[in-house]
Amino acid sequence: MKSNRLLFLLPLLTLCAMAVFFGWALLSGRDPASIGSVMVGRPAPKLEGVELGGGKPKLVNFFASWCAPCLAEHPLFTRLKEREGTAIVGIAWKDKPEATRAWLAKLGDPFKQLLFDQEGKTALDWGLSGVPETYLIDGQGIVRLHFRGPITEQDLKERILPLLKSGS
Amino acid sequence: MRLLLALALALLALPALAPAAQAVEPSEMLPDPALEARARDIGRNLRCVVCQNQSIDDSAAEVAHDMRRAVRDRLSAGDGDTQVYAFMVARYGDYVLLKPPFKPGTLVLWLGAPVLLLVAGGALLVAARRRRAASTPQPLSDEEQRRLDALLKRDA
Repeated sequence: MKSNRLLFLLPLLTLCAMAVFFGWALLSGRDPASIGSVMVGRPAPKLEGVELGGGKPKLVNFFASWCAPCLAEHPLFTRLKEREGTAIVGIAWKDKPEATRAWLAKLGDPFKQLLFDQEGKTALDWGLSGVPETYLIDGQGIVRLHFRGPITEQDLKERILPLLKSGS
Repeated sequence: MRLLLALALALLALPALAPAAQAVEPSEMLPDPALEARARDIGRNLRCVVCQNQSIDDSAAEVAHDMRRAVRDRLSAGDGDTQVYAFMVARYGDYVLLKPPFKPGTLVLWLGAPVLLLVAGGALLVAARRRRAASTPQPLSDEEQRRLDALLKRDA
């Protein structure tokens, strides 16, 4: 008879379990739309004419002149270059070179090296889903961070700068 | 009335008859029909990485276009189907597969629902058996039968 009475508590317990799960899903700050990245922790794919992993960390930024979020994150790269002297490699994705150059001439060019990926073939090797996306490659040439979408002030302070300052 | 019914049925069947939305452009297709057919099979199983739940064959997104081209490049280079899938997984992870692989990380996904069904079904079965056992009347014992007989005889 006792076990039967416990059975009546089952719906309540189920409800509690669901509430905990939904609460976690809402509050944990996890983004269900994020597709993640398998690049992090792996050696960075080759880039023609660019040395990755030469002892100093580098940023690789895929962008395009037609991309509005790229415009939004652009000042952060300028600041990184001017204040930290960070080496940033810019890769213009599906953009006409003259449009890219005009865009950079107008806004300032924070890139140490500029590459063009008009067909999106390089992007595929980097597991790119669109622009902008940014990768941090450490001194050993390993991808340490991969941002899908524009980087923010917070990303810069909390994730990029600590890794850049730790050297390697 | 019958005409209306036929019309309604035809409307219902329409989506099944119409060819699925295809984003594959003629300029992308391979000249070899056998290779193109393999590319289509693979394309239907690869998920476009910017559209949540569309295959790359169904999506008009830029990245989907590039992925379709990469699939065809790999096939033309002589890759087998598994190598093409591995190429995509190496870049985009398991997310890119519309059918997730069976491995420790996906056990809950694959086995969760069947296990839950078995557990719930088992519990229902056990409960039903118990109820039946409880409701089946026990036959009278010899002593009870004798008392019953005695009572009946007295009333008669």
